[in-house]
Amino acid sequence: MTITADVASAAWAALAGVRDPELDEPITALKFVASCTVSPGGEAQVRLRLPTYFCAPNFAYLMVADAYDAVAAVPGVGRAEVILEDHFAADAINDGVAAQAGFVGSFTGEAIAELDELRAAFLRKAVMAGTDQVCRPLLAELQAAGTDPAALRSLSLGDVPPSPQLDRLRRRRADLGLPAGDESPLLIDPESGAVVSAEAVPLHLRRARVTRAGIEANTSICSGMLRQRYPSDPQ
Amino acid sequence: MYTKDGEKYFIVDSHMHFWNAAPDNWVPGAEQYAKGWIECFHAYQSLGPKETHWPIEKFQKYSEDDLMKDVFGDGHVDVAVFQPTYLKEWYAEGFNTTERNAALGEKHPGMFVANTRFDPRDGDAGLDELRRNVERYGSRGVKLYTAEWNNGSRGYKLSDPAAYRYLEAAQQLGIKNIHVHKGPTIWPLDKDAFDVSDVDHAATDFPGLNFIVEHVGLPRIEDFCFMATQEPNVYAGLSVVIGGLMHARPKFFAKVMGELLFWVGEDKMTFGSDYGIWEPKWQVEGFIDWDYPSDEFSDYPRVTTATKKKILGLNAARLYDIKVPDECQLPASSGTPAAKDDAQLVSDS
Repeated sequence: MTITADVASAAWAALAGVRDPELDEPITALKFVASCTVSPGGEAQVRLRLPTYFCAPNFAYLMVADAYDAVAAVPGVGRAEVILEDHFAADAINDGVAAQAGFVGSFTGEAIAELDELRAAFLRKAVMAGTDQVCRPLLAELQAAGTDPAALRSLSLGDVPPSPQLDRLRRRRADLGLPAGDESPLLIDPESGAVVSAEAVPLHLRRARVTRAGIEANTSICSGMLRQRYPSDPQ
Repeated sequence: MYTKDGEKYFIVDSHMHFWNAAPDNWVPGAEQYAKGWIECFHAYQSLGPKETHWPIEKFQKYSEDDLMKDVFGDGHVDVAVFQPTYLKEWYAEGFNTTERNAALGEKHPGMFVANTRFDPRDGDAGLDELRRNVERYGSRGVKLYTAEWNNGSRGYKLSDPAAYRYLEAAQQLGIKNIHVHKGPTIWPLDKDAFDVSDVDHAATDFPGLNFIVEHVGLPRIEDFCFMATQEPNVYAGLSVVIGGLMHARPKFFAKVMGELLFWVGEDKMTFGSDYGIWEPKWQVEGFIDWDYPSDEFSDYPRVTTATKKKILGLNAARLYDIKVPDECQLPASSGTPAAKDDAQLVSDS
């Protein structure tokens, strides 16, 4: 393998760490990365495409900016360029990210703040959805044993059998600065980090389930739309 | 009317369109937006059964005959509710206007409900237009697209003071039903444009109006569901849910239906085909045949014939005072369609 190919493959791996904040999946798995190339001189170019021309510009901006940061940090990449294609706000986003102008600077007069709060709000949704992923099998066991679901409240993360879903939940909680260690309670309020009270457990679990259902439904619609939009691509 | 296994279903398509998105209607200089919008809609159609897909040319501009055949002739619909979307910055005569819809409706008395729309950024002139439309077309409902671009603005919230002024005026004019459709832009652009908390505020402050959130708040189903439990006058418009998920993703469709039945309840869910995105025929027939696909969904409320009759027509008929033939009515024991107090209220306790 050449050095350039090594760098390109590292760049691709870095892109796998970039997620769609709404769908909470890597942009590579979602097939939003149309191409990623690195020239012998270390110039990386990434092309992104989204399910529709009108996908929300704030989330699109986050993905382009995150892709830029991820690829620019890869050893061997001297200069990075990320180009969003086929999108109504592509020029504003591409130029803004290239100039490191921030969201407010990229959409002059149309935005009043950067996107940290938006990102955090969707991380909290990801925590709720992840809570359902982790708790659903446990609930089935409790139900089979005739135990009250509120028993989940006494579990900590270290009590739950290891799984990719649990790892993911821990990472999302850590991203928000919420407790994520073995001793941390399994059921917490994603705003405050406080353990969920016994009487609030049923509603908390219901909200976790509907949040997961919503994200899954969105993901399925987005993937169907992307497939229709770019049918000739190798998928 | 649709009859299946001896049961008679009265069908109200509460969310459909008669648009012109062909190049002859594109605003010079804004062609990319007009093209991008209709291509996005066309991609949604691909989520339905293959045999119902149209070529883009027909999709851009279908005829009156197409609509009458697809919706009423083949589609089993008894009454259809036009939901206008203007987008006049991109489409010269508007994408799907009150006038265009009503011109077709006037040829077919009793088959259509002609809703109108407003944009709170249009000031006094917009209020005058709303008044004229209500007087001329007898509109009892409005469709609001909060992401509409208007003279440099990328959208609005229902909780804006200007929106409240319009909602007050609409109520005084006799409007009952506010259909809300969220889109990807709003001011300021850093906020989540799909957030439904503004609907929550408006629904609280206008208890005499019904708020039908189209596409059940997609992509924010969870926020919509929780809000709907707290606001007795909030309804779930199922356009896109049946069209976009029932065929393409049956498992996720079952989950979403289960969640809606739990949080919102069968009395407050209304069918809408979103025609011309999807034809109603396969949606109506498929939904009447539908049930949860496996035991995995046993925690969700059951789906009965009464559930389907309410969702497919009786709830919307109640919202719009549409007369339903006796043979399609439900026995009193099945509850009251569209009843506000039948919503399952969920509290923190």
